Amino acid sequence: MRLHWLLLQLKSPRPYLMMVGFIMFFGMWYLTVEVWQLPRFREMPGITKVFQEWTSPNPVFGLSLYTEEYYKHIWVSTWRVIQAFFLATLIGVPIGLFLGWSPRFRQYIFPIFEMLRPIPVLAWVPLAIVMFIATESSVIFLTFLASFFATTLNTMLGAESIDESFPRAAYCLGANKRQVFWHVIVPGAMPYIFTGLQISIGVAWFSLVAAEIVAGQFGLGYVINTSYTMVSYPTIVIGMITLGIVGYTTSALVRILGERLMQWRERERAIGGSR
Amino acid sequence: MSTVAAQRVVGGPQNASRGAIRIEDVVKIYDSDGSAVMAVDHCSIDIKAGEICMIVGPSGCGKTTLLNAIAGFHDITSGRILLDDEVLCGPGKPKAEPGPDRVVVFQNGGLFPWKTNLENVTFGLLMQGKMSKASVTEKALSMMADAGLTGVEQNYPGEVSSGMRRRIEIVRALMTDPKVLLLDEPYRALDSLTKSVMHEALLEIYYKNKVTIFFITHDLEEAIFLGHRVAVMTSRPCRPKKFLDIDIPHPRDYSVLTSKRFRELLEETGEAVHEEALKAFATGEKEG
Repeated sequence: MRLHWLLLQLKSPRPYLMMVGFIMFFGMWYLTVEVWQLPRFREMPGITKVFQEWTSPNPVFGLSLYTEEYYKHIWVSTWRVIQAFFLATLIGVPIGLFLGWSPRFRQYIFPIFEMLRPIPVLAWVPLAIVMFIATESSVIFLTFLASFFATTLNTMLGAESIDESFPRAAYCLGANKRQVFWHVIVPGAMPYIFTGLQISIGVAWFSLVAAEIVAGQFGLGYVINTSYTMVSYPTIVIGMITLGIVGYTTSALVRILGERLMQWRERERAIGGSR
Repeated sequence: MSTVAAQRVVGGPQNASRGAIRIEDVVKIYDSDGSAVMAVDHCSIDIKAGEICMIVGPSGCGKTTLLNAIAGFHDITSGRILLDDEVLCGPGKPKAEPGPDRVVVFQNGGLFPWKTNLENVTFGLLMQGKMSKASVTEKALSMMADAGLTGVEQNYPGEVSSGMRRRIEIVRALMTDPKVLLLDEPYRALDSLTKSVMHEALLEIYYKNKVTIFFITHDLEEAIFLGHRVAVMTSRPCRPKKFLDIDIPHPRDYSVLTSKRFRELLEETGEAVHEEALKAFATGEKEG
């Protein structure tokens, strides 16, 4: 089954197109920095230098696939994102559902919510540091913020998007308010919730790096920032690529979880059906 | 001639003991933005227990407003609606409570796409919690089988044809043993071939279950084919313009469509409907 799938993948043009995309990207990097040595890229670390450093057992600037510290930074960052993401989901999804479902709750909360939402994470940094004495909790708080707004807003839109026929049908069939919430509002909003969670984990990484640059002691954002002050440019790029890979992986995990939980959508899609 | 005999002659309603709806002088005025719009204007309709009453009018004439009032989705401005002499809504209680004695089949389909067909059908009884899951499932499976719905129980609604979805929705509605089925243009989106199959299937289900049917449509042929009585409604505000008894005996099948009597009835009503359609077109009411 698995093998069959792999063969199908290899037959389709998709993996090859993806490879061409990567080759073009890395090729441009190589050409602009190392071959043509364009003025704007003079200070940029070249691709060969970065990959040498990254895969070297004895890295010049102290960070590579072979150093324990590299994995510690990855783990610290990932763990922060996980905590912030779960916290944001745990709080954001219920609030979003109630915002979308109950007009009264919405009248109380939504204006405040909309006023806080556009405030950039960086503007929260001083307050976060004042509020939480420990750096760890302030970094998690900052990461949580952006995540929370994305999750809540999408969940709210999801609850609002539910065709009014569905709760009506449920009431008709004898369901009470609580049952309508659990059997109609929650599953009905699920596609939007998962769109929100994918955005949420993306912005979690985004604000994590901002937080770590300002207030971290470990983590990939911290690596990028200290490498900049210590002029170890290849390490900056290593940090960036690592962020890209880890961020992509976490988003993919959220997406796969969503597909698992929403079989009905997958099966509808599989037959090309639309309601 | 006694009333019973008269009903026999017109192929009258089945002998149902419950499900009589009385709509008395109902008015509904929408006033959301200060400009009052009258959707239903002093409307009175008497529907006998077990009758199939077809409500015909152009799209957007206010038929659905009437249905929503019976179902308990909207309040009414004045008048009252009774189900078996029990006041659903009226003075002092403008909005009826939705409940399993009046189940709606929705225009755009009300099956939950996130539940399998079987879970949809068992939903009502499980929520009411009066029966065990095993007996609900058993009842659901046998009712689905009765309606020719075997083999799709574990599929999701999005995986079956729209005609089948409609049938499942009707079975879901009948599961809770309602007094009244409220159908809001359920076959609107279907092609005419599927529609004809659905009509026969609905009649078959109706003959097996004693239930009153309040059926909204803009399709006059559909109305005459299915109904004991057709109420042609005026365009906004909505009010019965003409009642027509359909004296074609039940059980009916598709040969009725080509019968002389069917054509006559169609002609008799066609003009009234067309007139209202023209009016609705002229005012440019939005469909819905």
